[in-house]
Amino acid sequence: MGRINNDDSNAVVIIGSGAGGGTLAHELTRRGVKVVLLEAGARQSLATFSQNPGEAFAQLTWLDRRTSTGSWTVPQDFPGLPSWTCKTVGGTTVHWTGATPRIRDWEVRARTTYGDVQGTSLIDWPIDYAELEHYYELAEKRMVVTRRHGNPGLPASNHFKVMYNGAKRIGYKHVHTGYMAINSRPADERGFCIQQGFCIQGCKTGAKWSTLYTEIPRAEATGNLDLRIRSRAVRIEHGNDGRVTGVVYRDSQGREQRQKARIVCVACNSVETARLLLLSDSGRFPHGLANSSDQVGRHFCHHVAGFIWGAFDKPIHFYRGTTLAGIIEDETKHDPARGFAGGYHLELAALDLPSLPISGFPSTLWGRDLAFFIDHYTRLAGMLINGEDLPRATNRVTLNHEVKDEFGLPVANVHCDEHPNDTAMRAHAQRQGRALYESVGALRTTTSRQTPATHNMCTARMSKDPRDGVTNAYGRAHDVPNLFISDGSVLTTPGSANPTLTIVALALRQAEHIAREMGARHL
Amino acid sequence: MGTNDFPPGRFIPRRKFVVTGAVIPGLWWIGAPLGGIATARAADGELKNLTSEQAAVVNAMARTIAPHDGLPDLAYTYVVQAIDEAAADAQTRSTVNSGLIRLGKAFASGSEEQRVRTLHALEHSEFFQWVRTKTLQTLYASALACAHFGYEGEAFSKGGYLSRGFNDLTWLPDVPLDDSGPVIGEAP
Repeated sequence: MGRINNDDSNAVVIIGSGAGGGTLAHELTRRGVKVVLLEAGARQSLATFSQNPGEAFAQLTWLDRRTSTGSWTVPQDFPGLPSWTCKTVGGTTVHWTGATPRIRDWEVRARTTYGDVQGTSLIDWPIDYAELEHYYELAEKRMVVTRRHGNPGLPASNHFKVMYNGAKRIGYKHVHTGYMAINSRPADERGFCIQQGFCIQGCKTGAKWSTLYTEIPRAEATGNLDLRIRSRAVRIEHGNDGRVTGVVYRDSQGREQRQKARIVCVACNSVETARLLLLSDSGRFPHGLANSSDQVGRHFCHHVAGFIWGAFDKPIHFYRGTTLAGIIEDETKHDPARGFAGGYHLELAALDLPSLPISGFPSTLWGRDLAFFIDHYTRLAGMLINGEDLPRATNRVTLNHEVKDEFGLPVANVHCDEHPNDTAMRAHAQRQGRALYESVGALRTTTSRQTPATHNMCTARMSKDPRDGVTNAYGRAHDVPNLFISDGSVLTTPGSANPTLTIVALALRQAEHIAREMGARHL
Repeated sequence: MGTNDFPPGRFIPRRKFVVTGAVIPGLWWIGAPLGGIATARAADGELKNLTSEQAAVVNAMARTIAPHDGLPDLAYTYVVQAIDEAAADAQTRSTVNSGLIRLGKAFASGSEEQRVRTLHALEHSEFFQWVRTKTLQTLYASALACAHFGYEGEAFSKGGYLSRGFNDLTWLPDVPLDDSGPVIGEAP
């Protein structure tokens, strides 16, 4: 691994080593580009992942302070945790569950498909779906996604059997063990899934794709990567011509460092990406870098998400097996007859015992009702709703100047008011989920409210018209030609798919674009 | 700008993770008794910050919030111990003290129905939500609780559940291969 000089203004600086940043780093370094990769967290490995859920959470999670406001229920149920992301090499690809469905063709034309829904800021994606499909294929091959390109599906667990039979009984057709970036057999020099049920604590067999042990070591092997861990970017600087010139960051000792850059790519997950742009204000960009349109941080989407639980009188042991290997695709459609725009997935979801009552249940559940479900722990089944929430300009990430981080910088505030469309979708999904479990004999069912956002999206969205978003179709800032956004912030709308596959697909596309532009000396 | 009802940083044990935030998913294991290590200490009834009358009310609260008739008393003792320890923090102690005063000493000797009614009236208070979170954090994290409720936990060291029952359910029909996939090591 090569050390790049802080004054080397030929370096590409990527901030964040997750799905977007880690993939981009590999793609650029293998093309001979020198990359400095700044990662705020420490580096773990298959050997150091903790198998105690509480320790694993503390080891991987972004726990720097954030605040939250708005009418959504997350501030009540999860105070201090509006968003559940990672602070570690590999980013959220260390704790993700591996689900990799695609966004659908009609979802990238959200404004056209859904029409003018009052109180939303819908626009269409600036990318042609056929082109996106090409990059989906590349991403799926790279991540070894099950049920795609000849890769076998994951086997059915007890838990999936319950979901599958219930789904079929209430008439669903498209139900299977999912498109998962989890090896169903050895591949990609990684192990296969041994059904241990510890996906979100860091996969100790490496069966689950993560940039931590795929893209990043491969980038290091090129000799072109300088990965700097425990290095927190605090400001992106620009010159008189409006082009970015470097990144100020705090190193592992808390010292201020300044890395010069030819190009800067921001991939800090949507909340921190927006925060970093807002923190990088200047005379030229008084409202934050690349924010002449006042769109940075707006349109924050997090998916309509929440659990549905069924308690049975027979054993299931839902914690045994791949956490999320099960999906129902039938509700992923736009059918206004259901009373809302857009669609949702239902996905298999289990929780370990200590997590279940806090992560899985709303703060309003206690007493005999709570005890009933815990008493049925080995006879529980669970699903997670993953639905498209509609963007609103007022749902946004801003700087909270009243609360400061360890460096004295304002923390991010995440504000969300749930749109009635989201509420209607959630109610529909909960009804369907309860009916599904009742059809196979559930004694009782219950639901959670909105869970903390693990899918943070759209805060620097791609737009055709620079007034509607922050970047163009390559994630390149409308305002700043050598500034790129390389994570889920660029999604124009969230769709109903778990976002990682789309983030990787767009990173592959962006890497080609950057390499091409560098080759042509446009960058 | 309004923030949350729980100012972050107030209720986290400070021994190890001083930079962490509020009462959030996952943090409930930190400082919670794991295995049987804490058994002797928890059972000796030594209180550092609560009076024994307060401890009795806290115990009754935990049993009302998460009533499991068959769960050994020791599991609830862990909760009292965790709340007693958290009350070393002055702000936390103040929240707990004023909440317990609102409940009154008689709470501990009331019927479950009475206790539920009393707690419902306090459901949205910072005090109740804090005690609820702390109770759930502690109660279900112990090895005692895992054994009682049947959670088998960590499986990597045993080769996962691949050959230890991940697909041993027999009360529903099997899933066709097209909608699932082959089990490694088994004939298709």
